[in-house]
Parts: sequence; C-alpha cells; structure tokens
Amino acid sequence: MTQIAERPAGSARDSTAVPVTFAKALNAALADAMEADASVLMFGEDVGPLGGVFRVTDGLTARFGEERCFDTPLAEAGIVGMAIGMAMNGMRPVVEMQFDAFAYPAFEQVVSHVAKIPNRTRGRVMLPMVIRIPYAGGIGGVEHHCDSSESYYAHTPGLTVLAPATVRDAYTMLREAIALPDPVVFLEPKKLYWSKEELDLTELRRTFDEQTGLRSIGSAVVARAGTDATLIAYGPSVPTAMAAAAAAAAEGRSLEVIDVRSIVPFDDETVCASVRRTGRAVVIAEAPGFASVASEIVARVQERCFHALAAPVLRVTGFDVPYPSPKLESYYLPSVDRILDAVDALQWED
Amino acid sequence: MEAVSQGIESLTQRHMEAKMTIPADRQFDSPMKDREHRSGNPETALLPSSSPVQLIDSSGTHRHDDRYPLPDGDELVRAYARLVTGRRVNDQANALVRQGRMAVYPSSHGQEACQVAAAVVLDKQDWLFPTYRDTVAVITRGVDPLEVLTLLRGDWHSGYDPYEHNVATQATPLATQLLHAVGVAHAAKLRGENTVVLALCGDGATSEGDFHEALNFAAVFHVPVVFFVQNNEYAISVPLKNQSVAPSLAHKGIGYGMPGERVDGNDVAALLSVLGAAVSRARDGGGPSLVEAHTYRMQAHTNADDATRYRSAADVDSWIPKDPLSRMRTYLRNLNLLDDAAEARFAAEADFLAASIRDGLNEEVEVDPQDLFAFVYSQKTSQLREQAEMLREELTREEIPS
Repeated sequence: MTQIAERPAGSARDSTAVPVTFAKALNAALADAMEADASVLMFGEDVGPLGGVFRVTDGLTARFGEERCFDTPLAEAGIVGMAIGMAMNGMRPVVEMQFDAFAYPAFEQVVSHVAKIPNRTRGRVMLPMVIRIPYAGGIGGVEHHCDSSESYYAHTPGLTVLAPATVRDAYTMLREAIALPDPVVFLEPKKLYWSKEELDLTELRRTFDEQTGLRSIGSAVVARAGTDATLIAYGPSVPTAMAAAAAAAAEGRSLEVIDVRSIVPFDDETVCASVRRTGRAVVIAEAPGFASVASEIVARVQERCFHALAAPVLRVTGFDVPYPSPKLESYYLPSVDRILDAVDALQWED
Repeated sequence: MEAVSQGIESLTQRHMEAKMTIPADRQFDSPMKDREHRSGNPETALLPSSSPVQLIDSSGTHRHDDRYPLPDGDELVRAYARLVTGRRVNDQANALVRQGRMAVYPSSHGQEACQVAAAVVLDKQDWLFPTYRDTVAVITRGVDPLEVLTLLRGDWHSGYDPYEHNVATQATPLATQLLHAVGVAHAAKLRGENTVVLALCGDGATSEGDFHEALNFAAVFHVPVVFFVQNNEYAISVPLKNQSVAPSLAHKGIGYGMPGERVDGNDVAALLSVLGAAVSRARDGGGPSLVEAHTYRMQAHTNADDATRYRSAADVDSWIPKDPLSRMRTYLRNLNLLDDAAEARFAAEADFLAASIRDGLNEEVEVDPQDLFAFVYSQKTSQLREQAEMLREELTREEIPS
C-alpha cells in the first residue's frame, strides 16, 4: 500500500446520517453479516435474549433465531473450541468473550488451535472465525474487566488482531473480520461503546457490499494530519491522542495522529511514512509498556526510520502494574497531559 | 497490504458450499425442544453397566449380553484382520523409532481393539477426532499411513488432509480436540446433515477442563458426538487412581445428562457392539454419549519413557492373557470362522503394509524452508514476505561454493 489511507470525511452533512454509537455499529455489522450469509453464527455468554452485557448482539436472536445467535454454558474454552469445530465444518462463527480477562480460560484454544490449525494442515483447514473481546479500561470497571490483552494475541502468529477506534471502523472492520478466511481477535474498546458519530448505516452497508477486497485489515489510517510529530495509537488510545493533538495545535504544534487499527497485520508503510515526514514519534497504548505492542511499534519505527528521526521514539503506556482499581485508573491511563509531556521531550532544541 | 486484502477472495470451497447450501429460512430444531422430546431417561438409565460389557472373554468364549448383540462372523473376521494389521503397524513404527527414522511413536500396542472399533463403526460422512496415540485408528479409517506418520517423522505437524477421510489432525494437547468435535457435530446438526462425530481421548484427559466443557456443551446442544475414552490406566506415569476416584470414568456421563457405558477395551466384539449402538443413537437424534474402554498401555508412553520406574513387570504381564488379538483368534478358530489360509492372507497384508511404511519412511523427504511462511495466513503479511525473503537470501548465500 503506497498511498496513505486518509480517513473519509465525516458525513454529517448527509441528510440521512444520524448519531450512531460504536455498539450499534457493531450490532449492525453482525446483523448485516448474518443476513448476507446463513453460515454466520453468533454465540457466547448472555448474547441471546439479553443482547450481550454491552448490547452488541441486541435483537439478533429475535431476528435470526436461537440457532444462529445463542447463549452457551459459561465456559470460554468451550465457546472457542466449539467455534473451531464449527469453522472446520463450514460455518463462520463469531463468538463473544464477555470481558478481556474472562477470555483467558480460552487461551489454550486460541493459541494452540485457532492460531495453528490452518498452518498445521497446510491451509487445508481454514478457520474463518471472529473472537470479539470487549477490552481495555477507562470505564471504572472492577478487577478482571479492564485488561488490555492485545499483546498476548499479537505475539501469536496465525492470529489477525484488530482494534477499531471509530464508529465507522467498528462496522467496516467487523464485516471484514467476518469475511476474512483467517481467524480474527477483534478487540472492542469498552470505553468507546457509547461514543457516537453521524453515520448513514445504509450507505456504510452499501459501501462494504461494493468494495472489493479488504480496506482496513492491514492498513493504518491518518486520523489527523500534522507536520511536527506523529502520535501512533490504536483502539481506546486514539481519542486520547486526538485530544492531545487538538491541545497541541492550540499551542502551535502540529501533531499527526496515526490510528493503527490493524495490530496484526501491521502497516509499517503508513506508520513509517508519517514518521519520516515528521521526524518525531510517540506511541500510545493502555497496556503495560514492557514487552508490549507499543514496544514492537517503537522497535519497528526505529529500525526503519532511524535516519529520519530527530529524537528517540517515546512511549506513553500503562505502568507495569496490574490494572488498577477504579479510583486509581486515572493515574495509570495514558492522558492528554502525559502525551503532551512526551511530545515536549522530543528534543525540540537540537 | 494488498495481499491481505485479496484474502476475501480465497474462501475455501467448503465455506462457499456451506454458504450456498444453508437456506436462510431453514427451520432448525430447537435445542430446548429436542430436550423435551427426548425419551424420558430415568437417571439410572444414564449409568453405565455394573461391569464392563464383554462379549468375548479372554479365553475366547462368547458371553451373552441381552443389550449388546454379538456382531456376525464376517464382521468379526474383518475386524480381526484389522487387528493384525494394527498390531503390525505398531510394531513397525516402534522399530522405525529404534532405527532413528521417526522421532517418537506413542504406541497403541494392546489397545488395537479400541483403535479398530473406533474407526469401523463410522460411516464415510462421519468424523473421527484422534489423539497422538491413535495412529492405528486413523490408518484403519483409510488415511495413508505415510501421511499419518509425517507428524512423527518431523516433516510437518500433520501430514494428511482432514477433509479427505473426515479425520481431524491428531491432537497432542489433551482433550482440546473434544470441543472441536462438538463444533463439527453442532454445525452438521444445524445443516441437517447425517453426521456423527467420534472423539477419542485417554483416561488422563478426563481430568482436563476441556473434557468437562466438551461433554457439557455436547449435552446442552444435544449434538451427535460419541466420546470414547480409552482408559489404559496410565497417563505417562500417573495411574488412574491419581486422576479420578469416580466409580468409573463412564459414570461421569450422568453429570452431564448423557448416558455412559463401559466396555472391555480388549474385546473388539463388545467394542463394535457398544460403540455401534452409541453411534446409532447419536445418528438417530439421541444425543451424545460417553463410552469408556478398559484397556492397558502395554508399552511405555513413548520410547522416551521408562515404564519400569512406575509399574512392575508383573502388572504388565497380567494383561498379556487379555490380549485383544489372541482372544479373537481363539474365538474365530474355534468356530471355524478363521482358517490357516485366511490367517496367512491377513499376515501377508499386514507385512505388505509394514513394508510400505518402512520403505516410505526410509526415503528422504525434502522439506522446503519457505513452507515456514506459506500457511500462517491465507495471504502472507508484509512482515512474513520480508522474513521469507531474508531466509531465501541466507540459503542462497550458503549455496554459493566458497
């Protein structure tokens, strides 16, 4: 991909656009995928009549029947393991892990089988399945409800790992994830579920139906153009990075924001093209920084952009501590101030 | 990322067919309704027999059982021929490990009756989910032995196409494959297909969480799976008493609301009858069941194991008279169902297969280093393309003579 993918302009002026939440966009993506293909199934815990604890599966059981959107016993390895067998036998299962940390019982199934069966069988058995995981913090959640677990999955070859940050991407990326022949870990930032964008879902559906190939998987996007430094973020950290860029603009500094959105496959080209233009970069992520996706991005950028860099690439990440209790999370999470401090430290005097 | 974006075009044929063959308006049976319609099972009907079902005892004598008819003579003769072949495969594979032609071979020596029965009770459209010790079952199902042994020779993690004979890859982690079996059966049920899935595991695997989850899911969704536990008394060195204090492993079925049955695992006649009934029950919409075969791992876990450290020779010797081949041979010879000519023919067939395995494994197979990157994703990522190129360059440099 040689062209920079510019985020499409907001469709607020479109008369049919209405405020749509992130959760509603995911719900629409599931419904449209199930409508388009009878082999698409949705299952997990509380995803049936309740519609999921975040209401992402709202109405699907009523519309498609309890055979295509259903509740399972409370057993995450069981959910993922059964999905593997269904995918082996012609289905396209989408499963919901209720919360990030509740997905850990399924870890063996994900790492040893979801990620490896296509390789083990030399591509004879493909696993077109999506593991949806509400993830990350910023919601004042109790323990085990706020983990940023992307590094575990990103470190596992064979998995495609996606983390949308916008309502538009929530729809399109979930449709693409379901269409992909490979298994996908689809990370949904919980704090963005109720964020809204003016969107025309019918137009979005038509755009997806008419598109050839995948637009978002494997491609990062310039969320805000700038010239002085690049902020690289994904999922829940993108709005924080955007807010930091807005604040910096008020102080006369032009920051570019890259929304990585596809952690695996990673779009080196878009990220590095931006850093080569600006010469400075800060990577932002909620997860603890040690041995993280943020570490990987820093390593890749400095390997590829060393001679274009005016300063070391910095990170603003969670501390290397267990995810804190609600009253402490504001100290832990990457904030606008912490990002601006990092930007200030990018050796502007040299 | 153009290559990745092409991925959407490369859906497997299977998924294309599935998409086309499931009518969106198909009326599915409700799992709840199925349960209500199930013939009223008093709790005791879920319990296994008070002792393992046996139709041919270790002396080769038929024991009548009201519930389980003895398979006819032809079927037993065919099964015996497969036992002979299975034993020969085990012996040959052990020899190849000793000669360094294979890295390792977990033998099913002594468990051949389970191996043969698990494969032959299934129809063509059914699925078998084997473990690493079930090579003989996989071969009996029809998979090319050389493709099966690819795993143990070290060429690739699995050597056969699971869709060719509906045999999943041999599972190395314990019990994880049971959930995949449930998923295959669930998908088949949703599409109204006449498919039964038989999933194998050992006694040790019944301690794993996935065993529990698989049985529970199968029962709740009422899917056609037969869980077949080969209780060979040892998980590497750990005896059964350290795994479970349940009255039997088959008793675990009642905890999930499915029938359990236990059977003499060295009696191929009883295994054919019990597993055959379980498969028929599943095919007829009766739901899943659990069958425990009582057998014994006559050899060490693998060649890397030293069984003398945890069990006595006397223990092993006590199982020699219960051998699955000798009792069936005695039974068939006594009834004149097996003569010298047939025995010679079966031995020759087994020898022929062993020779083809030997010859095949003695051939050097070239592995292609580029295969490392070929199957990780449907389309290589840019990172994998870079790494593949790096390896290609390294190998090219090595080829240049100094």
